[in-house]
Amino acid sequence: MSQEILYTVLLLVALGALAAIILYWVSQKFKVQENPKLEEVMDALPATNCGGCGFAGCSGFASALVNADDLSPYHCPVGGNEVMQEVASILGKEVQEKDPFVAVVKCAGAIGVRVHTTNYDGAANCSIASDLYSGERGCSDGCVGLGECVDACDFDAMYMDETTGLPVVIEDKCTACNACVTTCPKNIIDLWPKGKRDKKIYIACVNEEKGGTARKECSMACSGCAKCADECKYDAITVENDLAKIDYDLCKLCGKCVVACDVRNIVADGFKPEMIDKLAEKREARLEKEKEAKRLEREKAKAEAAAAKAAKEEVSDKSE
Amino acid sequence: MLLNLTKKLKRFHKGGIHPEENKFSAAAPITELPLPKSVTIPITQHIGAPAKVVVERGDTVKVGQIIATHEGFVSSNIHSSVSGKVGKIDKVMDSTGFKKMAINIRVKGDEWEESIDRTPDLIKDISYAPDEIIKKIMEAGVVGMGGAAFPSHVKLSVPPDKKVDHLIINGVECEPYLTADHRIMLEKPHEIMVGTHILMKALGVPKAIIGIEANKWDAIEKLAEVAKDYPGIEVQGLRVQYPQGGEKQLIEALLGREVPSGGLPFDAGCVVHNVGTIYSMYMAVQKNRPLIERVVTVTGKDVKTPSNFSVRIGTPISDLIDAAGGLPENTGKIISGGPMMGKALNELDIPIAKATSGLLLIPDEKAHRQEVYNCVRCGKCVDVCPMGLQPVELSLLSKGKDLEGVKANGIMDCIECGSCSFICPSNRPILDYIRYGKSNLKKAPK
Amino acid sequence: MSTQLLTVSPSPHVSSQLTIPQIMRAVIFAMLPALAISVYNFGLSAIIVTLTAVVSAALFEYVIALYLLKVKPNLMDGSAIITGMLLAFNVPANLPWWIVIIGSAVAVGVGKMSFGGLGNNPFNPALVGRVFMLISFPVQMTNWPVPTFAKVDAVTGATALGALKEGLLLGKTVPEIMPELPSYSDMFFGFQGGSVGEMSALAMIIGLIYMLWRKIITWHIPISNLVAVAIFSGIFYLINPDRFASPIFHLMTGGVLLGAIFMATDYVTSPFTHKGMIIFGVGIGLITVLIRLFGGYPEGVSFAILIMNAFVPIINKYTKPVKFGTKPVKL
Repeated sequence: MSQEILYTVLLLVALGALAAIILYWVSQKFKVQENPKLEEVMDALPATNCGGCGFAGCSGFASALVNADDLSPYHCPVGGNEVMQEVASILGKEVQEKDPFVAVVKCAGAIGVRVHTTNYDGAANCSIASDLYSGERGCSDGCVGLGECVDACDFDAMYMDETTGLPVVIEDKCTACNACVTTCPKNIIDLWPKGKRDKKIYIACVNEEKGGTARKECSMACSGCAKCADECKYDAITVENDLAKIDYDLCKLCGKCVVACDVRNIVADGFKPEMIDKLAEKREARLEKEKEAKRLEREKAKAEAAAAKAAKEEVSDKSE
Repeated sequence: MLLNLTKKLKRFHKGGIHPEENKFSAAAPITELPLPKSVTIPITQHIGAPAKVVVERGDTVKVGQIIATHEGFVSSNIHSSVSGKVGKIDKVMDSTGFKKMAINIRVKGDEWEESIDRTPDLIKDISYAPDEIIKKIMEAGVVGMGGAAFPSHVKLSVPPDKKVDHLIINGVECEPYLTADHRIMLEKPHEIMVGTHILMKALGVPKAIIGIEANKWDAIEKLAEVAKDYPGIEVQGLRVQYPQGGEKQLIEALLGREVPSGGLPFDAGCVVHNVGTIYSMYMAVQKNRPLIERVVTVTGKDVKTPSNFSVRIGTPISDLIDAAGGLPENTGKIISGGPMMGKALNELDIPIAKATSGLLLIPDEKAHRQEVYNCVRCGKCVDVCPMGLQPVELSLLSKGKDLEGVKANGIMDCIECGSCSFICPSNRPILDYIRYGKSNLKKAPK
Repeated sequence: MSTQLLTVSPSPHVSSQLTIPQIMRAVIFAMLPALAISVYNFGLSAIIVTLTAVVSAALFEYVIALYLLKVKPNLMDGSAIITGMLLAFNVPANLPWWIVIIGSAVAVGVGKMSFGGLGNNPFNPALVGRVFMLISFPVQMTNWPVPTFAKVDAVTGATALGALKEGLLLGKTVPEIMPELPSYSDMFFGFQGGSVGEMSALAMIIGLIYMLWRKIITWHIPISNLVAVAIFSGIFYLINPDRFASPIFHLMTGGVLLGAIFMATDYVTSPFTHKGMIIFGVGIGLITVLIRLFGGYPEGVSFAILIMNAFVPIINKYTKPVKFGTKPVKL
């Protein structure tokens, strides 16, 4: 009995040892020579493999970083400046700070705002629907509403708002990895600087059709009236193809354009409503004042004309 | 004669399905639709570059006058289908489902270009040289009328390194419901024969085969009878099987040749044209009549009088539906073309285009996709795929955006016939995702 | 003019009428003749075992889908019912109810839902359950009740296959054993011992014809499987008829027909292409014969199918359909 146990144990030990030797030999034989820094960089990266850096995954990005002479073209949006600093210190190189970005949805064409024209009944995928036809709702440039961006998000930073039918970005979770931006077949999602105290101003429309046509399909559409551009002192807003665009590098977040928009489709994120109200009041007051001034001017002109006429009559009277 | 034909019914050999035929309008003769009040003629009714508009708002045009000229070789002329005054030139919803540039013309009278021969006489003598024939076809704006709308002159311009020995005339009409081609074959057999001879001359091929499915037995008999007077033309019956009307399937069925993957019919020594296109070519070459009208089937289970209309291009579909007894109360979907490959339309004002072969009105209860179940890997889609692909695999790879994978599995060979989605017992949107994969692959940087 | 909005969807706009619930219903119909024979042979107990298996399988599927997978349970696809029925078909009619329930739990829970539900399981769930029960409860699983109307009472508590194996182990020759077993006609009509669903060859063949007629399955798997069993057992029979039973005996006993017609043809766990199906069927036939003739168990169908299930991905890989346009053009 004891002998049996002994043999069993011995046999197992021998088998184990043999397997260990084979495994060791194989691992030595097929060992891949790696830059030791690569592993360190890999550890520093967030390992989300989201592709936001432009590479297929973190390992591709890491090897690019290790082999790069200059780190400035590379940025990990998920890890942000912190991680890039760490990577730079591992590699002994310099890296510049970059402003954090978040995704914004440039469409305000919610359910009810756009005309409902047909019912789509195919695979629930925005690209498939938008390849098929102009869409369930008016404005073929607007959000399809099937949530492909939400599916593309690796960070649970988006959800579909059921009442509006539009996607919503949860800014705290958004890493600006660009996945939703490239996924959206209508190109309505854009990356925007997170801004000081999370303040940002953008135009929630991408429709380039003529004002009247666009408004017929969506009551929130940008008609290209350029009132916002007139309001902007910093030349941050340009109107092209009946669509206003904000250049975030020039925008000083003053908020004046927000209240200039007829349909209030310039989104002022992170602004207090009171501030917007105040701006609106100010604008209202200014417009009133301008109107008043114009009226006065008109009256003055009228009075002058009357005076001139009177003077003329007087002259003619005298001449009689 | 009859026995002789039954004996050698041919068919294609890979995959295929048998959807319900529902050819309600098969017995309805082609009737001329009254002139509409106005027409809207899109400038892109074909594959290739949009035509260039050459009229302005307020111009007066005649029937057959060019209103947009082709831009480049793969493009097509657009002619006015009516006489009247040019109205708005703007973007309108067309049968592609998108807003595209179109020319609106308000109809006034029915004044034709003088050069057009409007008599019904058959002209058998072909007095043009091959290159003149192709030029005339190009000028008349003839495009493939089976649905693809590929400019016909391009299909007739055989590259010098390719040898073509067969002209194949597609009278298969394998789509359920549609009967436009069937009626043309029955009513214009001589024109089709002369048209075929014209193309044989243009291509310099000695042999033409007209392929017709056995569910159009009267057409097979009629054309076989007429063909006796036209040397070099053979009529071949085919067993009913979808998608036999696909170019590649038809060539395989008739000649046993497989067009190489990624290749064109030229590569199998063939040129394939639809009977409707042949009729338009006859009109273009022998009668100087550009492509300004076509035969459209209006049908559906609840349509009062399923009909075949001869319609001017640009007529709004609502006119056709009214002429066929009005829009049934419960209509849930309107399809331009057949139920297998046709396109669902989103409005009633959409104009008839050169490639609109039919309007199919589907009642609401049949207009929706059915409940989707898990894939049970039954392999039915693999079984029916006429291109020998694995649709289930392609669909999954496409969904996962594995572009390498879809390419390796031959996604670009897919002809989008829809057999896989049709047969799937789990009602999975297989083809939807294959198209998604295809478009992602096309968009991807090379 | 109707006011409702038009529906727009990608083509095709029609679909075949044969959908999953209809297929599953047809399979259940096809199994009814076998169940009827079983009720005739064993009375109420056959119904009780079947019902227990079906109800528990459906219940486990529902609960697991809802609470573990957190997806909408879909019993209407009917797959749980079929799994339950097949499980019952593979056990003796007098199996205690609690073993049936354990078997159902393993079949549905481990065999199917652990892989993500219908369509994702590599192995036939009913067979996973059956093999689990066979290994865990060998006594109960191999103690078959005597048919109520059995004409031959030589077989008590064992199937013909079991009796044959036992006899061979005792040193008897096949011709010596055969008279003790039910006649071929009894086997054909189902007057023999065995699991709930596997007694009558006739009932199985009726089921096969029905499913072929409804185009639920193609002939490739069942026929190739049966032919393979006949050929391989026939070869051994010709070599030594004293040691090996005839192919007819092998075809009509045990689960060969049940396996070939109802288990191997499971869509999920069989290959896509016809070529692959034939390889799959032949493989099952060969392994079945090898286990029966040389293995420890008297019956090998379950193991054969499970083993071939494991080969399905590789069969699929090597039997891809030939793409159109690969044939050289001959002008």
